Amino acid sequence: MTVALLQVSRRSWKRRRGWHHFWTVVTWVLALLLFFPVFWMVLTSFKTEGTAYTYPPQFVFRPTLSEYSQVFGGVNNFTKPLEHSIFVTLVSTGLVLVLAVPAAYALSIRPIKRWRFVIVFFLQTKMLPYVAALVPIFIVAKNLRLLNNEWALVILYTAMNLPIALWVIRSFFIELPKGLLEAARVDGASTWVEITRIIMPITMPGIAATALICAIFAWNEFFFAQSLTTTNPTMSVFLVSSIQTEGLYWAHLAAAATVASLPVVLAGWIAQKQLVRGLSMGALK
Amino acid sequence: MTTLPSSLQQLPVGGKALPAANGLPQQVRPVVGPRAQAWKRRLPLLPALVYIVVVTQIPFIVTLWYSFRRWNLLIPGSNQFAGLAEYRAAFENPMFREAAWRTVEMTASSVVLAMLLGTGLAILVNRQFFGRGIVRTLLITPFLIMPVATDLLFKTTLYDATFGLLDWVLKPLGVGQVNWTGTHAVGSIVAVLVWEWAPFMMLIVLAGLQGENLEALEAAKVDGASSLKTFVYITFPQLRRYIQLGVLLGSIYIVQTFGEIFVITAGGPGTSTTNLPYFLYEQVFDNFTVGIGAAAGIIVLVLTEIVAGFALKLLSGILTASAAMA
Repeated sequence: MTVALLQVSRRSWKRRRGWHHFWTVVTWVLALLLFFPVFWMVLTSFKTEGTAYTYPPQFVFRPTLSEYSQVFGGVNNFTKPLEHSIFVTLVSTGLVLVLAVPAAYALSIRPIKRWRFVIVFFLQTKMLPYVAALVPIFIVAKNLRLLNNEWALVILYTAMNLPIALWVIRSFFIELPKGLLEAARVDGASTWVEITRIIMPITMPGIAATALICAIFAWNEFFFAQSLTTTNPTMSVFLVSSIQTEGLYWAHLAAAATVASLPVVLAGWIAQKQLVRGLSMGALK
Repeated sequence: MTTLPSSLQQLPVGGKALPAANGLPQQVRPVVGPRAQAWKRRLPLLPALVYIVVVTQIPFIVTLWYSFRRWNLLIPGSNQFAGLAEYRAAFENPMFREAAWRTVEMTASSVVLAMLLGTGLAILVNRQFFGRGIVRTLLITPFLIMPVATDLLFKTTLYDATFGLLDWVLKPLGVGQVNWTGTHAVGSIVAVLVWEWAPFMMLIVLAGLQGENLEALEAAKVDGASSLKTFVYITFPQLRRYIQLGVLLGSIYIVQTFGEIFVITAGGPGTSTTNLPYFLYEQVFDNFTVGIGAAAGIIVLVLTEIVAGFALKLLSGILTASAAMA
C-alpha cells in the first residue's frame, strides 16, 4: 500500500517536473523573442552599411566600431544634442527633487490637514493628456521667447515628473522608523535640519531611484521636444531628424539608437522596482 | 475640468487605517491648532503645489479659452470669439471624426493585446525556474529603450519591404515582400505599442500575483482543484483589480501616442493612422489653426478624464486595501 502510494506520487512528480521544464523553455523562448529587436539593434550597430543592407539578413559578420566613431565624431554628430539632453535631464530632475522632497514631508511625516486630497490632486495631473495643452504651451513659450530653448523643456518635464516623484518619495518617508523622528523632535531639530540631516540621508537610495525614474522620462520624451525645439534638438528629436534628412543608414541609425538608449536601459535595470512603483502611481510596492 | 469624482475625496488611504498606514504615532496627525502652526506645516508643500498648478492647470484653462475662438496664427487680427463654432467645425471635419475613431481603435487594441501578452508573461515569470532574474530583465527592456529609437528601428530594420527582418522570418510561411507600414499601417503601429507596453502590463500583473493569498491556493490544492480551476476561481478574481488598473493606466498613456505615428507612418498612408494627438499637432504646426486644435484638445481631455476618473477610483480602492493590510 505504502509502496503503491509512493510509486504513484513519484510518477506524478516526474510528470510535473516534465511540465515544469516545458514551461521554463516556453518562457525563455518568449523572452528571447521579445528581446530580439533590442539584440538586433545592437548587432546592426556593429555592422557596416554594406552588411546592414543584405538579404537574407546577416547574423555572422566582422564587427566594426566605425558607426560609433561616426556617431561621436562624424559631420552630423551627436555631441550637441547629447549635451542638450543631459542638461535638460539633469536640471529637470534636480528641480523635481528640490520641490518633491519637502512636499513629500508635508504629506507624510508632518502632514497637513487635507493631505489625501492634495495627493490625489497631484496624481490626477499626471493623468492629464499633455497633448491637449500643446496650443497654449506653444503660444506661451513663443511669447516668452522660450521656443527652441532648453528651459521650456526643463519647466515642462519638471511638472510631468513631479507627481510621480512626490508619490514615490512619500512612500519611502512613510516607512521610516518612528522612534528616529521622535528623537530628533525631542532634540528640538528644525524642519530643515530634520529633512536634510536625518530623513534624506536614510532615504537616499529611494530618492536616488526616484531621480532615475524622472531622468528616464525626461531623457525619452519626444512630443514637446519635437514641438518646441528646432535647431536645439534633444537626442530623441535629433535621432528622428537626422534619419529624415540623411536617408536610411541603418547601421548608423542602430549605433545612434544604441547610444541614445543605453543610459536609460541601465538606469531602468537598476531602478526596476521603483519604476513600477512610480508608473503604477503607488498602487504597487 | 480637474474636479475629482466625489467618491475619491474620502477614499485615498482609507480613514481609519491611516495611523497604521503611515507608521506614525497618533499625535503626529494634524491637529487644528493655531494658524501659524498650520502654515508651518503647509510651507514645505507650497512650492510644489504652486508649481504644479501654474504649469499643469493654467494651460488647460487657456486651452478652454482658445477653443471658443477662431484664430489662425498666420492671419493677423483673426483672433476673435467664435462660441462653439470651432467645436462644430471639429465634429463636422471628417478628418477629425476619423482621427477620433482611430484613437479609440488603436488605444483599445494595443491595451488589450499588451494586457493579454503581459498577463501570460507574468504567469510564466511568477514560477521558480532557471534564470528567472535574467528573463525578467530581458522582458522589461523593450519598455526602457527610447521609444523614438524603437520606432525608427521597427520602421527600418524590421518592417522594410526589401531588407526587413520580418519578411525574412515569415518567408517560410509563404509571405512575400510586404510593405508593412503601407498595407498594414494600423497593425504596424499597434505591434510597436504592444511591444513597448506588454512589459509594463507584465510588471503590474506580476505584482498582483505576488500579493496572492497563499493559504487559499494551498486549500484549493488540498481539495484537489485542478490548476485551471484554481486559476479561474481563485487567482483571477484576485488579479482582476490589477488587470483593471493596468488597462486604465495603459489607456491613459497610450491615448497620447504621438512619436510612434510621427516616425513610422506620419499619419499615413493618407490619414489612415492619424490619431487625435497627431491631428492636433498637424492643426497647429501645419495649418496654424489654434481654435480647432484647442477644441480637439478639450475633447481629448474630456475623454481622458473619464478614463482617469475610473483609474483614480480603482487606485484609491487598492490603496485602501493595502493600507488596511499593513
